[in-house]
Amino acid sequence: MSDQYVLETRSLVKEFKGFVAVDDVNLQIQKGHIHALIGPNGAGKTTVFNLLTKFLIPTRGQILFKGEDITPMKSAAIARKGMVRSFQISAVFPHMTALENIRVALQSFEGSSFSFWKSGASLNRLNKRAMELLDSVGLTEFANTMTVELAYGRKRALELATTLAMEPEILLLDEPTQGMGTEDVDRVVELVRKAAEGRTVLMVEHNLSVVSKLCDRITVLAQGSVLTEGDYEAVSADPRVREVYMGTGSSGERGAVTAEEAAQ
Amino acid sequence: MSQTDIQSDIQKTILKQQKAEDRRKLMLNGILLVLLLLAPFVMYPVFLMKILCFALFAVAFNLLFGFTGLLSFGHAAFLATGGYTTGYLLSNFSGLTTEMGIIAGTLVAAVLGLGFALLSIRRQGIYFAMVTLALAQLVFFFFVQSPFTGGEDGLHGVPRGELFGLINLEDNLNMYYFVLVVFLACYLLVQRIVSSPYGHVLKAIKQNEPRAVSLGYKVDRYKVLAFVISATLAGLAGSMKSVVFQLASLNDAHWHMSGEVILMTLVGGVGTLLGPVLGATLVVNIEYQLGQGPLRDWVDPILGAIFVLTVLSFRSGIVGEVQKFVRKNMG
Repeated sequence: MSDQYVLETRSLVKEFKGFVAVDDVNLQIQKGHIHALIGPNGAGKTTVFNLLTKFLIPTRGQILFKGEDITPMKSAAIARKGMVRSFQISAVFPHMTALENIRVALQSFEGSSFSFWKSGASLNRLNKRAMELLDSVGLTEFANTMTVELAYGRKRALELATTLAMEPEILLLDEPTQGMGTEDVDRVVELVRKAAEGRTVLMVEHNLSVVSKLCDRITVLAQGSVLTEGDYEAVSADPRVREVYMGTGSSGERGAVTAEEAAQ
Repeated sequence: MSQTDIQSDIQKTILKQQKAEDRRKLMLNGILLVLLLLAPFVMYPVFLMKILCFALFAVAFNLLFGFTGLLSFGHAAFLATGGYTTGYLLSNFSGLTTEMGIIAGTLVAAVLGLGFALLSIRRQGIYFAMVTLALAQLVFFFFVQSPFTGGEDGLHGVPRGELFGLINLEDNLNMYYFVLVVFLACYLLVQRIVSSPYGHVLKAIKQNEPRAVSLGYKVDRYKVLAFVISATLAGLAGSMKSVVFQLASLNDAHWHMSGEVILMTLVGGVGTLLGPVLGATLVVNIEYQLGQGPLRDWVDPILGAIFVLTVLSFRSGIVGEVQKFVRKNMG
């Protein structure tokens, strides 16, 4: 029944003491889609994200990955199943080189991660694959650089490469362009497009121009529940969406504005 | 040059760097070995053994604190458990050879370490430290109350016996070289662990735990293993210490001891291999030298001042600061 959906939620609810952050959310992420989760600040996007990846425990409801109920599973187990997330704040290992960052991900699928008696050189067999992944995000020349010294945009690229090293079936990106200049944003859009080949992507994103360029389907959240869902044209034409973003339903055609701009 | 050429070029550079790093390690290890082999001809062997036992204790502690990012405030429990177990067994069962007593003490400390780890590992930061402290206090009271420990007096007259039933350990020089072999083996083991595939995962967990989780690592298991290895080595240090001094005392179980090992590690250089060794050497020396002179009553305030100074102005410790300096000035 749910073959075409890689990821599904059914009546997902998360309550914090006296406050419902996520209220009866039903998401259906179709295989091969780039699906965006948008909404104004405080709409519950990141909470949904943390629920999906088990960094938070849902109060009620179900999460299904390829038809299988994964609600009771733990974060690490879900990552191994092929559902890997990125973080809002750039999540890298700062005091390792770029290459070592990737190797940590590759190592996750090797049997040797508890081998405290083996030499570090035994990890060198992962170098070739790690270099390929670095190359795919244009970081070849930084392979041997300490990550803490990389520019912000490059850290995010590295993070994406690390995530891809897990060969995820579905990629969950939490605001991949947050805090970036225009140039970096364009690069990330390209990276995400490339990464999405043969995969499904769910992303939280503030930048609507990014969403319009990339996404096949958009879910709009407001105050914890789904306001509407559809492709970019449908969603951007919906007066309710404009209302939550701009406070009024009035102004004319403003296709590609960022949410931050709109909120001002 | 094509992209693949560049890639393999960089890989070669990285391998070369690893080789150079290995050579550097080997050289440092060699220097350390020569110094320690010759030391008993210059200094009193019992004093040197004291340093080695504390150095091992600090190395064990640093595996957890410096390389895994877990601050245990209860490591005295393992030192004391190793010491009391070995002391009790060797005093009461004359059939046991010394190494069997030491192995037994180490194993009991390992089991206790597993217990501590399972109870504390899910807590983060200060809560983790508090749980380990509380558990260590329980162990302290157990040792105070139990009849076999000699209470406040401690366990005296532990026989050093004969190693493998062959080598007489009453001889200080024999005893020294035995302690040295054990110490070096543990030091090399920790060196190996830190650079092993497992060590890389520990590093990742220390630097960004949520990210390690999202890459599919069950971080608690990795932390438990690190805790158990650390407790085992700390227990071994305590076992050897009780043989060296022929004494197991409450001092080793006191929370003061858990604090002292933190001081040693911080002063020497947390997260470095040589740091805890150097730190232990310094602290033991300072305590001894001051204890002899007119400043006898001022040992604790002076150590406290050193602690404060370290944390405020050179946080990476002596070895850490030297490493930084070398890196800055030599590329």
